[in-house]
Amino acid sequence: MSEKKEFWRWKEYRWHDESIDWKGADIISAGVDIGSVSSQAVIMADGKLYAFSNQRTGFDSPESANQSINWAMEGTGLTLKDIHYTVGTGYGRVNVPFADKALTEIACHARGGNFMYGPSVRTILDMGGQDCKAIRCDERGKVEAFLMNDKCAAGTGRGMEVFADLLSVPIEEVGELSLSVEEEPEPVSSTCVVFAKSEASALLREGWPKNKVLAAYCAAMAHRVVTLLERIEVKKDFAITGGIGKNSGVVKRLEQELGLESLKSNYDSQIAGALGGALFAQALEKKRRSV
Amino acid sequence: MRNAECGLTAMIANYGYKDGSGDYFIAIDTDKCNGCGDCVPACPNSVFVVGEDPNDPLRDEPVAMVGEQERKKLKYTCNPCKPDHDRPPLPCVQACKLGAISHSW
Amino acid sequence: MITAGIDIGAKTIKVVLADDGKVLAKSLVPAGIDTAVATRQAFDQALSAAELSRDQIDRIMATGTGRKDCPLTDDEITEVGAAAKGMNHILKTCRTVIDVGAEEGRTLRCDETGKVIDFAFNEKCAAGAGTFAEGMARALQVPLVELGPLALTSKQAVQMNAQCAVFAESEVVTLIHAKTPRQDIARAVLDAIASRIISMVRKVGFEKDVALIGGVARNPGFVEAMKRGLEMDVHVPEDPEYVGALGAALAAAGAD
Repeated sequence: MSEKKEFWRWKEYRWHDESIDWKGADIISAGVDIGSVSSQAVIMADGKLYAFSNQRTGFDSPESANQSINWAMEGTGLTLKDIHYTVGTGYGRVNVPFADKALTEIACHARGGNFMYGPSVRTILDMGGQDCKAIRCDERGKVEAFLMNDKCAAGTGRGMEVFADLLSVPIEEVGELSLSVEEEPEPVSSTCVVFAKSEASALLREGWPKNKVLAAYCAAMAHRVVTLLERIEVKKDFAITGGIGKNSGVVKRLEQELGLESLKSNYDSQIAGALGGALFAQALEKKRRSV
Repeated sequence: MRNAECGLTAMIANYGYKDGSGDYFIAIDTDKCNGCGDCVPACPNSVFVVGEDPNDPLRDEPVAMVGEQERKKLKYTCNPCKPDHDRPPLPCVQACKLGAISHSW
Repeated sequence: MITAGIDIGAKTIKVVLADDGKVLAKSLVPAGIDTAVATRQAFDQALSAAELSRDQIDRIMATGTGRKDCPLTDDEITEVGAAAKGMNHILKTCRTVIDVGAEEGRTLRCDETGKVIDFAFNEKCAAGAGTFAEGMARALQVPLVELGPLALTSKQAVQMNAQCAVFAESEVVTLIHAKTPRQDIARAVLDAIASRIISMVRKVGFEKDVALIGGVARNPGFVEAMKRGLEMDVHVPEDPEYVGALGAALAAAGAD
């Protein structure tokens, strides 16, 4: 089995706000989200988003955590000791060596979602590399109900990758390509990614073009995710975070089936977890100082 | 689902998964759960653990959760208590006097 | 009475030609792209192996996932029915049959006549059947037939967290990267499939004699894992993947 090709993943990048001078900040907090597929680090200065990085997770979680935070700090002059409190989250949260506390992705996504999409958001769907989470929260970003599926690849980034791989389509192009069909095909009938892949191979042999096969799979994925969401009862406003949030093929079909449009944010939907972590870090540092 | 009018918000934690063969979730209403731990010995396969709530950093009371060991195998783990015919009441649901536990299948 | 049993599985088509319970010939063909073509091919291969012509076959019965679409057959029988009938013919004391194929796992309890009393399936999820082993063999870069023997050389149990065929492939790659011995990974893979199959078996219960059939029964590492898990000896017939087709051929001959 060869190393994953470069263009099967979202682009890696970093950013920081040049207009903010972190030296003047009272509390500098950080959140690091080590996912099974990608990792993000977010740095906040007094609750304002200052810097972040988004890259793929390596084989070593602690090393990924270090690389993540270092890349976020690059060009800012910050060092680890300038950061007052760090929260680790995600699949690899116990492996963030410099974290002061580890919190689950559920709590962090709700807080991060509340920041990114505003206090009107009540339902957050996070579709990550190897899991799918549905969270309902209140106006403060406090969790009211949740479920997470990380057992089955259907409805996760890995599931989509299998198809991108099968059809040799870069992940960034899957969405638009799937929407370029004239008529919506029937969704693939198997939920299981392995069986769906066989089904798709048969369709290709029958002469189905790539965009039609992708449409059938995105439709099946969207439907599956809707049934997961219904278990926690969807309430508006609704937002989608995580890598699949960037896949218009799945997002549009989801919105159609739910009859709800998802909120858009100026921030990259993949940083929601780390952002929530940084917000909790901010609150926990404040609490620590007040004692 | 909690009635918004009584001013109570529930925190329902759903543990489990959905795969090609079905939906297998154990829901724990953490507002009802007081961390008493009666569910732990009631389950013949030690599905439940009680401890600090990893999803609510502000909760002081311990809470019951589905342990990491069985969370992704619930369909298989719960099989012994769920025969196809003449299914008796589930031991975990019966053990919880506060009615915090429910199964989706 | 010469009859034919055709087992149209997810991955392979099996045909058994029998004359009043005596096996005359058998054949196995990958299901491939066109199941109808493969079925015809398997049937013709069996006919020529037995040196018989089509009109010498009195009755044809189909079983397996694709049994409803088979144009060749006169009638059909369920997979559990066929498995019970086939195993009963081979071993009269058999009371439990565990059938593990490429895409589905089945278990059944039967009486001394081979009549099915109760049954259960593992279906629609690749982790519950043979496809899981196939994917992991690929990740380990060993041919599927060597997966079992490799697992048998393992001296240490290793935990597998992934419960999905897709995630498990990534986990295997990670384990290899962490220098986990490949035979330990192989054993963990087969233990995992066995535990999912056994959990299904316990739902219905089991009593001796227990038989293990289907393509995956050819894997000695899997058989070993099943024996360990059930804490009981299991009988693996010769040509375990043909038992379904045999049962269908017998059903075609006998009174139902």
